[in-house]
Amino acid sequence: MEIPYTIESRPDTGLYNAKLGIWLFLASEVMLFGGLFSAYVLLRVGAEPGMWPHGWLNVTLGTVNTLLLALSAITTLLAWAACKVRDFRKFKIFHACTIALALTFLGIKSYEYHDKWIHYEVQLTNGKFADGHLVEKSPDFDLAKKTGSVTLHGRIVDDERELMDLRAPAAQSAKLDEVTIAATDIKKMENYGPKHNTFTAIYFTLTGLHALHILGGTLVIFYFWAFGGAMWKTDPERFTNRIEVSGLFWHFVDLVWIFLFPVLYLT
Amino acid sequence: MSLKAFHLVFVTLLTALAFGCAAWAFSSGSVIWGVAGIAAALLVIVYGVYFLKKLKKISYL
Repeated sequence: MEIPYTIESRPDTGLYNAKLGIWLFLASEVMLFGGLFSAYVLLRVGAEPGMWPHGWLNVTLGTVNTLLLALSAITTLLAWAACKVRDFRKFKIFHACTIALALTFLGIKSYEYHDKWIHYEVQLTNGKFADGHLVEKSPDFDLAKKTGSVTLHGRIVDDERELMDLRAPAAQSAKLDEVTIAATDIKKMENYGPKHNTFTAIYFTLTGLHALHILGGTLVIFYFWAFGGAMWKTDPERFTNRIEVSGLFWHFVDLVWIFLFPVLYLT
Repeated sequence: MSLKAFHLVFVTLLTALAFGCAAWAFSSGSVIWGVAGIAAALLVIVYGVYFLKKLKKISYL
């Protein structure tokens, strides 16, 4: 038995099955990301004065990633348009570009994550704070046993609040040096991972979930790109509909980034 | 809503983002990035008009 409405629209909804399905799915996605954005707003307005970070993320890398996703939205549309005019060769070219752009986006995101992972804030026993990227740990470094030392490329400040606004003139003009700290002088040492503070927690949650969506979308697009030829030969119209549906998902993921970028990188 | 209509929504929001980034750059004192933001926004608008003309025959539904 043939499944109805895989190609033509249902008279009552005006949509074919897959399009109705993806829009219902996207509605649930709006609720998921909407909830997380609400969490971001509540965490931000609930932060102590002067304790919400500014300028912690690399705006240049964020801008490059925005451009990559914008271009990938265009190549996704062009891939669908190529299917519409029955040009499979162009479809392959455009979606190869989409996949390359998506992988570059994920590569840059991984670099940003790694940068946060090797960035440490060290609370010293004298009440000051050391902050910087890890250069090396001595072979005998053990914080629990208080042996060895750690070297950071960064600076030492008197108050943790000085580390919050990196766009402030004082932070902009601060000189970074290699700082070696003995384990005996360390009260607490923590990298800028998700548990560092509420900003890094919501940052990793939002961008991590978004990156997983990019990865999932890339896998689906790759599947159509690599193995779509068989359906294209037997049922090109149905295949075109599948490309449209994957394109709708991809556009949604790009739209989420359009909100994420200013909220996380610019504010 | 078809991919064409959703793409139009995307282009509109991308234009707003580019203008917003330009405003942010100007307020941060970076004139070059501000001008680049406005140029990007205009480029996206030109692309949007081109894309609408190109896909005139495809439905919005």
